[in-house]
Amino acid sequence: MTAFKRPSGRGLAELRKMTAKVGVIPNADGSAMFSFGDTIAIAAVYGPRQLHPQHMQDPATGILRVNYDLLSFSVTGRKKPGPSRRSQEISKVTEWALLPVLDLKEFPNTVIDVQIYILQADAGTRTAGINAASMALAHAGIPMKNLICSVSVGKQDKHIIVDLDKEEEDFEEGEGATDFPIAKIANTDQYTLLQLDGKIQPEVVKKALDLADDACKEIYEVQKNALKEVLEQ
Amino acid sequence: MKNNINEAHEAQEEEFTEDSSKKRKIVIPGEIIVSGEDYLPSDGTRREGKDVVASRFGLAEESGRVVKVIALTGAFIPRRNNVVVGRVTNITFNGWIVDIDSASSGFLPIDESPRFINKNEMDQFLAIGDVLVAKIWSINSRGIDLSLKSKGLGKLEDGFIFRVIPNRVPRIIGREGSMISLIKEKTGCNITVGQNGWIWIKGSNAEAEIRARKSIEFISDKVHVSGLTEKMEEWFTKN
Repeated sequence: MTAFKRPSGRGLAELRKMTAKVGVIPNADGSAMFSFGDTIAIAAVYGPRQLHPQHMQDPATGILRVNYDLLSFSVTGRKKPGPSRRSQEISKVTEWALLPVLDLKEFPNTVIDVQIYILQADAGTRTAGINAASMALAHAGIPMKNLICSVSVGKQDKHIIVDLDKEEEDFEEGEGATDFPIAKIANTDQYTLLQLDGKIQPEVVKKALDLADDACKEIYEVQKNALKEVLEQ
Repeated sequence: MKNNINEAHEAQEEEFTEDSSKKRKIVIPGEIIVSGEDYLPSDGTRREGKDVVASRFGLAEESGRVVKVIALTGAFIPRRNNVVVGRVTNITFNGWIVDIDSASSGFLPIDESPRFINKNEMDQFLAIGDVLVAKIWSINSRGIDLSLKSKGLGKLEDGFIFRVIPNRVPRIIGREGSMISLIKEKTGCNITVGQNGWIWIKGSNAEAEIRARKSIEFISDKVHVSGLTEKMEEWFTKN
């Protein structure tokens, strides 16, 4: 068997180069940018602020409202602006991925708005978006149990790989490509997002999750450093 | 009345005093600040087994056994007795609705004004769009009640307002108001700092007002530099 090579020349468990920056949007209460290679996501947090329409208000707790979207120039070709089936789904799963670490009981009847925009898309946009949103929420001073780290693992033919890029995601030979985005609470074994697109054998899932765990540790360090940097100047 | 207004920010929490007996470090949510059964978790922290863990992003501070996290970023969270700068957005039959840049708007009842006001002539005291400095009298599930019955509270006339990050306000005021009095003295402006991060400035000329604003923005960019008052004096010699 010849050694398997990824199109980008990365190792099987090697992430793309990550960059993170906090405080990129001065007008927002909290904001952050996170990138996996050519995938760049920015997130802005506004609130806690008054929630309209009023019937959505919850007197017991504040609510989280996430909006994820691709900018029209982020993909080859043009993404038609405005909500789509895909962006609404990703907004919702991102909301569910972030909510378990938030404690919004202190802010009844209010909303925390998280806006995630993808500046440049090269696969893994929802995971980059979750990483950026998690930093932005911390930056906005919202009480949180921990940060959320998110990465996509997957399979190209028979090989398990970490952080798929667009070329790998579009791979169609053999068993095809599998995209397996996960999000977890940092330094724990609690997962807040598990999605699966493609085929994967049940016995391989465990191995894929182990790789994701290691990747999340790296992501956590990047997030932590970015947050600390903004106060250190 | 105008001359008293700039004294509105009274006793500040001693959050930014540079006391060497207190240990400080930057923490992120979920990070362990200290380990040990002896410590008492306070604001922005929680206990997880043996450890005291940060719940918020900011500066962790140990003073004796008490551990807390001081937030340095984020939106304004109103507290009782905060002095805030706000703007009238509506007039109701018994008071004024005031935008104080927080999750719920403030309400200033007519009874809490410093003198008797005829209910038919409320807009002669405070009209929509007027800026005022008020104190948070109470916070309940229905909203935030404001009061003007204290020294230095009332309508702010002329001048302009701008916004800084609310958590930086204690820095701008300084220990016992040292920083803000320095800025007032050097620029000759009347300045009122609301705990909600809204700042009102009025000076004799536009240059002085702009200088005052720039100096305040200079401080709000410096997060935890020690000896800030000296740095500010240095800034004034250069600018």
